[in-house]
Amino acid sequence: MNREKRDPLARRKERHVPPGARSRAMHAMSARAAMGRFVLQGCVDCGEVTYPPRDACPRCWGELQWTDRDRGARVLSETIIRVSTDLYFRGQLPWRMGKVELDAGPVALAHLHAGLKVGERAEMRLMLDRGGNAALFALPAGREPDMGDRQWREFVVPVKDRTILVSDARSAIGRAVVHALHAAGAGHIVAGLAPPARVADQSDGVSGLTRVQPVPLDLTDPVMVAECMSKIAGPLDIVINTARLVRGGGVSADGNLVEQRRMLDIAVLGFMRLAQASAPLLQGRPSGAFVDLLSAQALAGDSDCAGYAAGEAARHSLLQSFRHEMRAVGVRVLSVFTGPSDDEDHQSAPPPKVAPLRLARAIIEALEAGREVSCVGDVAVDAMDRWLADPALYMREKNL
Amino acid sequence: MIAMDPTLAGLLAGIASRRIRTVDLTNTLSPDFPVIVLPSEFGQCEPFRMETVSRYDGNGPAWYWNNISMNEHTGTHFDAPAHWITGRDVPNGTVDEVNPDDFIHPAVVIDISREAAADEDFVLTRAFLEDWEARNGAIPPRHWILLRSDWSKRVGTVSYLNLREDGAHSPGPDVTAMRFLVHDRDCVGLGVETVGTDAGQAAHFDEPLPAHSILHGNGRFGLQCLTNLDRLPTFGAVVMAMPLKIKGGSGSPLRVIALVA
Repeated sequence: MNREKRDPLARRKERHVPPGARSRAMHAMSARAAMGRFVLQGCVDCGEVTYPPRDACPRCWGELQWTDRDRGARVLSETIIRVSTDLYFRGQLPWRMGKVELDAGPVALAHLHAGLKVGERAEMRLMLDRGGNAALFALPAGREPDMGDRQWREFVVPVKDRTILVSDARSAIGRAVVHALHAAGAGHIVAGLAPPARVADQSDGVSGLTRVQPVPLDLTDPVMVAECMSKIAGPLDIVINTARLVRGGGVSADGNLVEQRRMLDIAVLGFMRLAQASAPLLQGRPSGAFVDLLSAQALAGDSDCAGYAAGEAARHSLLQSFRHEMRAVGVRVLSVFTGPSDDEDHQSAPPPKVAPLRLARAIIEALEAGREVSCVGDVAVDAMDRWLADPALYMREKNL
Repeated sequence: MIAMDPTLAGLLAGIASRRIRTVDLTNTLSPDFPVIVLPSEFGQCEPFRMETVSRYDGNGPAWYWNNISMNEHTGTHFDAPAHWITGRDVPNGTVDEVNPDDFIHPAVVIDISREAAADEDFVLTRAFLEDWEARNGAIPPRHWILLRSDWSKRVGTVSYLNLREDGAHSPGPDVTAMRFLVHDRDCVGLGVETVGTDAGQAAHFDEPLPAHSILHGNGRFGLQCLTNLDRLPTFGAVVMAMPLKIKGGSGSPLRVIALVA
């Protein structure tokens, strides 16, 4: 188990977030950065590519459009900030930034990864800072970012050595997440196992792993949620909500309301119970994060599993509000969308299906890339593309 | 002052002087108390849930109260005849219509704790009961039959539900025992420490689920998830079991006590 060495008498470290006020154009950039895209505005009239975000083309006053761009860049200069009046950056000093010449055209001010020197080629990432706003970060071209880089760690959520709660570790997905976290070097994994327990659970694969602490957890029970938090040894860094009950049925047809109610209780109120209980623990941490696994059915109603889709849609909505609340305290809230997974919950769904282990690795990848919104697998990627392009058409097509 | 009837006065005096003891046969109703688990093709029993409405706080500065929810068959509970298809036409078969006279009956305690410890699938048979009667005396009519299995001592461990790959494993009666108790001994009902009156594997018996089927088809009752049966005498305890008056209800969580002289 990871044990942080902390001065027992030290005053609690108060955590701050970078300044939050931004223009509407900048929020449009952040919304795209949240999905891991690298976008810049281009003028539909004269073709000028521009940065920072603006409301009109600085050359011809033409209309600007967001377009994905080449991530390449060259570092022109660097500077080290040693003094700041901003509370957040005062806690991070010294801080290294530099000018980069983007292959897409503009010259921009960017945060620099350790070791990246003037004159070198860089690969740009549009990252969200702790306050949820987009910022340019220059990484050494062709190299994996170093998770040990102090500045990079402000934009991502490292998994190694962290204490992580997996709300449902009994499902195929939950078990895969526990195994993937273990393989990624998580320090302590709290594995929620909803009662009733089988006699064999005492010696199964999840609780048999080292660094894994099985804890009874059913999100429909507020008492159990509270007791789960009290049983976690040490501080809690990350929560991964894998709890879901997947059942079919329409609105007026085949709707077993007892099942539908339990499904909604887990999906909606269960999420709120988990969020309420864990938020105070996460916000004291240097890289606190809450990851929620969502079905792409959250994006539109689905007549084959109307109640399930409604529960996912409700949680998708709650996550937006939760994200807003957590931005103020620097905790990242990540949504990972997926299509049908290759497990007992989706026995009748036609392929392609997402393997639980692939989903588990994608969750870790989303954390370590600091990406707020991810889509895993062809079904979820396609659903998100179609929904973004034409939500009204997508809702119609899903219910033909 | 109006004088109390001497029979009732004697009962109260007995309780006050501790000559008549009360034994609580009820498990605590809590969210983590296990409920019966059915095969996945069937609807499932909801456990007990409690959400605080206020606790001397902004939602109620001077008062504490909770919203609770559960299945009718959660925790220590009563099964009415209408719970089973065999009892669907039994008159007054729902909890709201059970005759209040049936809330108070004497009990006979049959100890199967040794057998259940040796065999978690122990099956109670007519032959066992006849042998028991030869040693202890006949089971009197209109009694609750309380099966002391000591299963309640497993509460809080996975061995209470005792779910294995092939389902639950816990002791219970077979069809010969149930016919004997209902038809030959005219029992009021069967009270057990396990989550069901039937054995864990009783769905696979020759006549499946004989306790539910025969008890309720003959207008008898069930009591489940009892505790402290080891504190009762074999004969002479009086059981007080009053289900909630749920309109059309098939059963109810309840407080069960025994009076022991």
